[in-house]
Amino acid sequence: MSADGPKRPDREAVSVDTGYETVIGLEVHAHLLTRTKMFCGCATTFGAAPNTQTCPVCQGMPGSLPVINRRAVEFGIRAALAIGCRVNLQNRFARKHYYYPDMPKNYQISQYEEPLAVHGSVEIVVGGVTRTIGVERLHLEEDVGKLLHEGELATARSSQVDYNRAGVPLMEIVSRPDLRSPEEAGAYLRTLRAIVVFLGVCDGNMEEGSLRCDANISLRKRAVATLGTKVEIKNLNSFRHVQHALEYEVRRQAQALDAGERIVQETRLWDPERLRTVSMRSKEFAHDYRYFPEPDLPPLDLPAPWVEEIRAGQPELPAARRRRFVEAHGLTAYEAELLCQGRGLADYFEAAVRAHPRPKVVANWVLNELLRELPGDDDRAIAACPIPPASLAGLLALIDDGTISGKIAKDVFEKMYRSGEDARTIVAREGLTQMADAGTLGAVVDRVLSAHPQVIEDWRGGKKAALGFLVGQVMKETQGKANPALVNRLLGEKLPKL
Amino acid sequence: MLAGLTIDALAARFRGGEATPSDAARDYLARIEALDPGIRAFMTVTRDVALAQAAEADARFKAGAPRGPLDGVPIALKDLFCTRGIRTACGSKILERFVPPYDATVYQRLRAAGAVLLGKLNMDEFAMGSSTENSAYFTTRNPWDLDRVPGGSSGGSSAALAAGLAAASLGTDTGGSIRQPAAFCGVVGLKPTYGRVSRYGLVAFASSLDQAGPFTKTVADTARVLQVIAGADPMDSTAAVVPVPDYLAALGGGVNGLRIGIPREYFIDGMDPEVERAVRAVVEVLRGLGARTEEVSLPHTEYGLAAYYLIGPAEASSNLARYDGVKYGLRVSGGRDLVEMSSKTRAAGFGREVKRRIMLGTYALSAGYYDAYYGQAQRVRTLVARDFKAAFERVDAIVAPTTPGVAFKVGEKEDPLQMYLNDVFTVPVSLAGLPGISVPAGFTLQGLPIGVQVIARAYDEPTVLRVAHAYEQATDWHTRKPTLEAAPR
Repeated sequence: MSADGPKRPDREAVSVDTGYETVIGLEVHAHLLTRTKMFCGCATTFGAAPNTQTCPVCQGMPGSLPVINRRAVEFGIRAALAIGCRVNLQNRFARKHYYYPDMPKNYQISQYEEPLAVHGSVEIVVGGVTRTIGVERLHLEEDVGKLLHEGELATARSSQVDYNRAGVPLMEIVSRPDLRSPEEAGAYLRTLRAIVVFLGVCDGNMEEGSLRCDANISLRKRAVATLGTKVEIKNLNSFRHVQHALEYEVRRQAQALDAGERIVQETRLWDPERLRTVSMRSKEFAHDYRYFPEPDLPPLDLPAPWVEEIRAGQPELPAARRRRFVEAHGLTAYEAELLCQGRGLADYFEAAVRAHPRPKVVANWVLNELLRELPGDDDRAIAACPIPPASLAGLLALIDDGTISGKIAKDVFEKMYRSGEDARTIVAREGLTQMADAGTLGAVVDRVLSAHPQVIEDWRGGKKAALGFLVGQVMKETQGKANPALVNRLLGEKLPKL
Repeated sequence: MLAGLTIDALAARFRGGEATPSDAARDYLARIEALDPGIRAFMTVTRDVALAQAAEADARFKAGAPRGPLDGVPIALKDLFCTRGIRTACGSKILERFVPPYDATVYQRLRAAGAVLLGKLNMDEFAMGSSTENSAYFTTRNPWDLDRVPGGSSGGSSAALAAGLAAASLGTDTGGSIRQPAAFCGVVGLKPTYGRVSRYGLVAFASSLDQAGPFTKTVADTARVLQVIAGADPMDSTAAVVPVPDYLAALGGGVNGLRIGIPREYFIDGMDPEVERAVRAVVEVLRGLGARTEEVSLPHTEYGLAAYYLIGPAEASSNLARYDGVKYGLRVSGGRDLVEMSSKTRAAGFGREVKRRIMLGTYALSAGYYDAYYGQAQRVRTLVARDFKAAFERVDAIVAPTTPGVAFKVGEKEDPLQMYLNDVFTVPVSLAGLPGISVPAGFTLQGLPIGVQVIARAYDEPTVLRVAHAYEQATDWHTRKPTLEAAPR
């Protein structure tokens, strides 16, 4: 199920207006959350000053040699196991050649014939329908640097290269062409993102480029078994871009096919400003990458016990956790989905539930109040959250024991978020404790009743809404501190007697 | 006169207080100044570095705490070992201004052992060649006959040793680039097992073949240098975690009872009869020392060269892709865009042989040709390695000519294929990743050195050294020195 976007009940229905079936495969690149790069000891921190996180290895200096980052391999295995891939105990790196100045060696160390893992799958749910999307392979590689142009690319007087990103570990997950609509592509990407984020192997941040996606898309006549000519789309760096670009491409290709044109096998770039894809290069100019086994690295032999150790230490995955949230905590599927976007948020929820065992209430507060305040739902935002789960539980306990009303609690929550103080401290200092004793509150009720004889007449005359007005007046008199249930009870007792 | 002594003799003088490392450095620098204008072994003489390092060694000897047998010993490096702050041009115009920001692991290890750097030595561009004629700068001359080449690609390293311009030098061997120049110059040159010595900081030619090794006057000196440079390196995943034995201790064994194979395929039509005769004589000497010799067969030898000239260029085409004018080294400006800038830089920066091999290698790796060329070459490589494996089930070491001929004249071999044939006896050993040493085995009537090669199993440098040492001790070829005069200035 997707959190946004239109719901389509029929997975085959995307191209109804075109009469074609859409076939999509995604190549997802995920930055691994290792402290150091894939083949050297340089830091991977995002946003450092240009070329401050480089060394002879990641600058491709003559004579430098790569050394495999064991942690990156472990993260790759973690992801591979989570999507049911078979891990190749012997796999190896290969060189992929093409000239581009952001690539220091003019070849990228990647994996080709013997990837880390193959043959997995990811389950997605779109419009209540569950589908299994095949994963062809998962391999490791190094990222390239970044070009910074002085002005626009076409007219730039000079270009500078920042190699900080060069050598950052990447994991590429290639799906089978099993996706049948842009919406499914979006759901697949979201599901995959949740998995890698849960595993703690990728932060899933698409804006910073930690998670990137290329798409292959083709159309074919319904009931035709062979695939149509595919087009590759690059520069899909947000969920929105993925969906928009694919929707655009479905329309473009359908129109072309309708007009009897041939689809050109090519690479196209998504232009998010003009909302269209533009041709980058056609297959006639396609690169010959001249792959060959990387001679600087011996084949990677993974000890089977190590892989089993990693398997044993796998955390609970989003799908299992969602199921548990529904079954054990009684949440709706939608709530569970929202809470399981990231491991941090799901952990937060569960920690709060442990301290305040009313999951529905906790879920409401987390999804409505907490997410409204937080800058995002990623682990970084959760980790920086000024209200720890125990504090949220403390606040909810004050509602339960009648110390404050739910309405006051929302104000207290905002204050907690800004000050980092716990609920009890704020309530005590600001005198927000609910008026819950019948004596004091009774006096206020009496005052309100004597001040509004006309309203009482209305009530007697059958205008039941008049009761709400009186409750409101009492709340106003008490600055919201009156226990609403008690106010209702007192009014209910006193009114008939007047 | 300290220049020209063995490491052993030099170290004895330092220990005995008869001379200091600074004396030795000054002596060598003076000899380089006098003789190198005629030989042209050095690309760069690092006078200030040498004197400063020697002074440090002086202090250690004075304090009675020298670092070992290499402390204060003047050495020189082929100009493809990265040296921090010292230009490393690799015989190429494209790296003319390349000053590495880091040291190669082997140089770090030599420095840690106290060795003193005299300078960087000439070579064929990117180690592609057998004569130093492919150096983009100048051709080094053979100290035994200045009209002749010193061999290559490590020709500067072999010539410097033969002329007594360094007590030891390092070269690299991809298909024979240590052993062939050692043979041509009448010195000892060892190519260790692939994986025995770290490649970190060696400007790469062919990654699966490149291996660094020493040139010295004697086999014992080779053992001393190997002891320092051998061993695993966290910066090089192909440097194997295999224990490093005591190489000097291995020398004493002698060859009595040792089984030594003579490969039938290494005596071919067209080889220099004087070389063949010398190598047969070596076999007799070894038999006289008690070795049991027998003929062995390495049937795939003749395919080795073809496989080598696909694998080497394929890897080179990849390794040399980084020289694009963007980051370091030469940049030819004036291009309309990046592609043109890189094209112009590579056109101007690479020499003919390098370009030839980049094209060969690019072709061999191309889609549709990969399997027929690169793939097939790798299969041949496996067969060549299997030949040796089978032979080493019967014998402990193999003795063969290092090269089919002796040092040729500068400009004599213009046909690249003729040049490639120099490698015919060294390439199979490289393909199999085995250790091989070339030691002096006599002279032609014209007075040109002849080399003999000793080969053993992977990581069995002790046997290689032991056989070579036994032979060396039974002969006096290694004590001969070329007559050299200071070139007119």
